[in-house]
Amino acid sequence: MEKELKILKYSDLSKLIERFHAKGFPVLAPVRKGKVVEIELVESLGDIALDVLLSTQSAKKTAFPKVEKVLKYTLAKSGVTQHPVDPDTARETILFGVRPCDASGFKSLDAIFGEAPGDQFYLKKKEKTAIISFSCPEADEYCFCTSVGGGPGNTAGSDLQFTGIGKDEIFVEILTEKGKQIAAIFADLLSDSPAGIDKTKFLADVKVVFDSDKVVENTSASFNNAALWLEQSLRCIGCGACAFVCPTCACFDFQDEQNTKQGVRLRLWDSCGFSLFTLHTSGHNPREVQSQRWRQRIMHKFSYMPQQLHVVGCEGCGRCSRACPVDMNIKEHLTAIAQVG
Amino acid sequence: MEQQNIYQPYLMEIEKITEEAPMVKTFRLKFTNEEEGNNFSFRTGQFGEYSVFGEGEVTFCVASPHTRKGYIECTFREAGRVTTELASLNEGDTIGFRGPYGNIFPIDDWKGKNLLFIAGGIALPPMRSVIWSCLDQRDQFKDISILYGARSVADLVYKQELEEWKERPDVNLVTTVDPGGETPTWKGDVGFVPTILDRMKPVSENTIAIVCGPPVMIKFTFPVLEKYGFSDDQVFTTLENRMKCGLGKCGRCNVGKVFVCKDGPVFSRTQLKDLPDEY
Amino acid sequence: MSELIKKVTQLLNDKTVDVFIGYGKGSADRIRAIFVRSAEQTEKLVLNSACTQNLAGYILKQEVKHLGKIGVLANVAALRSMLQLASEFQVKDGEVLALFANPDGTLTEFIDFHSIEVFLTTTDTGITSDEQERIAQLEALTVSERWNFWNKEFEKCIKCYACRAACPMCYCHRCTTDVNQPQWIPVASHERGNLDYHLMRAMHLAGRCVNCGECASACPMDIPLNLLTYQLISPIKTGFGATAGMKADAVYALSTYKPDDKENFII
Repeated sequence: MEKELKILKYSDLSKLIERFHAKGFPVLAPVRKGKVVEIELVESLGDIALDVLLSTQSAKKTAFPKVEKVLKYTLAKSGVTQHPVDPDTARETILFGVRPCDASGFKSLDAIFGEAPGDQFYLKKKEKTAIISFSCPEADEYCFCTSVGGGPGNTAGSDLQFTGIGKDEIFVEILTEKGKQIAAIFADLLSDSPAGIDKTKFLADVKVVFDSDKVVENTSASFNNAALWLEQSLRCIGCGACAFVCPTCACFDFQDEQNTKQGVRLRLWDSCGFSLFTLHTSGHNPREVQSQRWRQRIMHKFSYMPQQLHVVGCEGCGRCSRACPVDMNIKEHLTAIAQVG
Repeated sequence: MEQQNIYQPYLMEIEKITEEAPMVKTFRLKFTNEEEGNNFSFRTGQFGEYSVFGEGEVTFCVASPHTRKGYIECTFREAGRVTTELASLNEGDTIGFRGPYGNIFPIDDWKGKNLLFIAGGIALPPMRSVIWSCLDQRDQFKDISILYGARSVADLVYKQELEEWKERPDVNLVTTVDPGGETPTWKGDVGFVPTILDRMKPVSENTIAIVCGPPVMIKFTFPVLEKYGFSDDQVFTTLENRMKCGLGKCGRCNVGKVFVCKDGPVFSRTQLKDLPDEY
Repeated sequence: MSELIKKVTQLLNDKTVDVFIGYGKGSADRIRAIFVRSAEQTEKLVLNSACTQNLAGYILKQEVKHLGKIGVLANVAALRSMLQLASEFQVKDGEVLALFANPDGTLTEFIDFHSIEVFLTTTDTGITSDEQERIAQLEALTVSERWNFWNKEFEKCIKCYACRAACPMCYCHRCTTDVNQPQWIPVASHERGNLDYHLMRAMHLAGRCVNCGECASACPMDIPLNLLTYQLISPIKTGFGATAGMKADAVYALSTYKPDDKENFII
């Protein structure tokens, strides 16, 4: 659809949350919890940390939670009985106040989980989430969205996008049909936008630091460049912090839990950085050392996903770098890869 | 209709258990829901995720041929958590099965050709499905040779079928065991698979070679095939890597950009040469 | 600083070490570990008050070991880590060279465990007063309050295992939490799985933790995990007279029986 442009008053923002609740929509938004910022259910605008750069974890957990039941069964002498687990139980939810890179991060997840046969556990939850993103007035040195095709005002993946323009005004972009339905809930609070508003004036300046195509090209050609991967990953300690805060990392594990009578199969986040991820029962491990696992992380996002799913698996949010205990900075590493050869 | 839960397995009853070798068993499985069984079909080369409820899933190929309906078979060695539990089950017990997944051996393209099967150890099961699929339509193929090696006589799997193949005039079966693995009554060859293959002087003309075995066997078998003039598109194998979903989503079985679960597990040597060393 | 560069240059030039693990400039105002392998690279070494990471964890990393003989810039926690690792047979005497940067800018070089042991007897190895205060606050709570405190903290856990990966003592080839026959610890990052994992890890570090605090600083969810293991330091000390990382040939208090062991902890 053609996007619609409106103006909303800041002072009316709290009414939005009230109305969403009145309509029965739960609202998920960034909430400050000590030093971390979590995306959680909120009661009112006051709960929401709208001024933070980014939540600690990405918004992916709203459609791809860290623990999710995919199977339920009971055990008896007569055998096993499965009890269907309905993937479609989520309520229509509003994801509010997240950043453009959170919204566009779902592109990668859509591609992975949407590829046939579709994973309804993800798809249904995603389908029922409306995203109201807030463009970024600020960025930090870990941000590199503009180098991977995004930007502080990127609207991809958002149903509505809000941009603060001046003291009391929010520039509202209604981007999708879903966005239109949501906007109808507060239509009376919207006024038509005067022509010629340039939202870019109100956005952070995020410099392009590398050419994404070049990274894709060089990554694809660098599988056997062991020295490169080793040099970049010597300080990597092989935890999963980067993968778990990443908006596009989708790797998972299954684990069964049961007592004597019944059990469940759970789908859990997993990470290619863990040594056990690819370990065979025989003891053989195709990705035996950390540099190979680091290579996998970069190649999956910048070579395999573009080739297989036609999407670059990185939004340039920089969460992995901020979360990394040993300061593995992906922006710096990708810049180096862009300069290889 | 769109499948609601792609991770939900079929329930299968263990109909028959065959002890193949120390720690190796074959299960014949039938669908507890007859209708699901009737609707089920697969092609040789495909695999599935077998569930022991409470323990998890494990990946094996379907070891029975697609030409035989009404059941599937799997052969496995007791090794990790799930296979250990699997091995403790009895006939009549229920397990889960998701599949079939992955690509197939292109046996329709092989019609009118000679087939040379080369297998080592516990890698005969994926090949057994192809062998029987071809033997069940024997007139479609020319010479069929099978070279099968194991560490010791005891480690040979499908002993009864080996006897059967040996008796058949339309199959040339060569069995071998590693030096030191023979018994006083062993009548087969003694030596590693590549050595015996070299001795067999295989004819490459109009022949497809299907190779399955431990990495070290494959590594030394390919050069022998090359020596006898087998081109890369005449040679096929099947890969295995650790898997969870079997559907190209969980992210662990890839070899470079290729996911063994959805782009494989069957690869020609031409395709194999394009893959990086990550399996 | 220049002292350090001079020293590392010399160590590399005369092949005393093949790689020197030190600190370099990181992102923004962060400091990161760097692996200096040639005299030219020594210029990248940085030494300031932000250089607090315990670098001893790297001396066991396979790919670092492959670079050859290791030298490391070791703070007190790193020196203690080395002794503790030695007592657990993970590092041999003379295998790793350690440099300690004194406050006055001079360097102390350690080529054997004995000299580290002697050095540590005259050095403050305790936890900071700030940390002590937080522990005292926790200990002042009732058992159920403390239980609630930790459960609330563990709720945040996403099981990325950064704490384990950052800990120099968590070197197990296969951690208990990864053992699946039987599955002692639920893998899932749910309430029970998180609790079991952190309690298991704390118990496995009782009497082994050298209070470097890497677990807490590694945690992306800001869980004060160090308080959990620090709380176990004093019971081991008062109960068994043992302090981790002070003697290279120490026997582990919790796996050693002595006839005069106190038994008052047995309920």
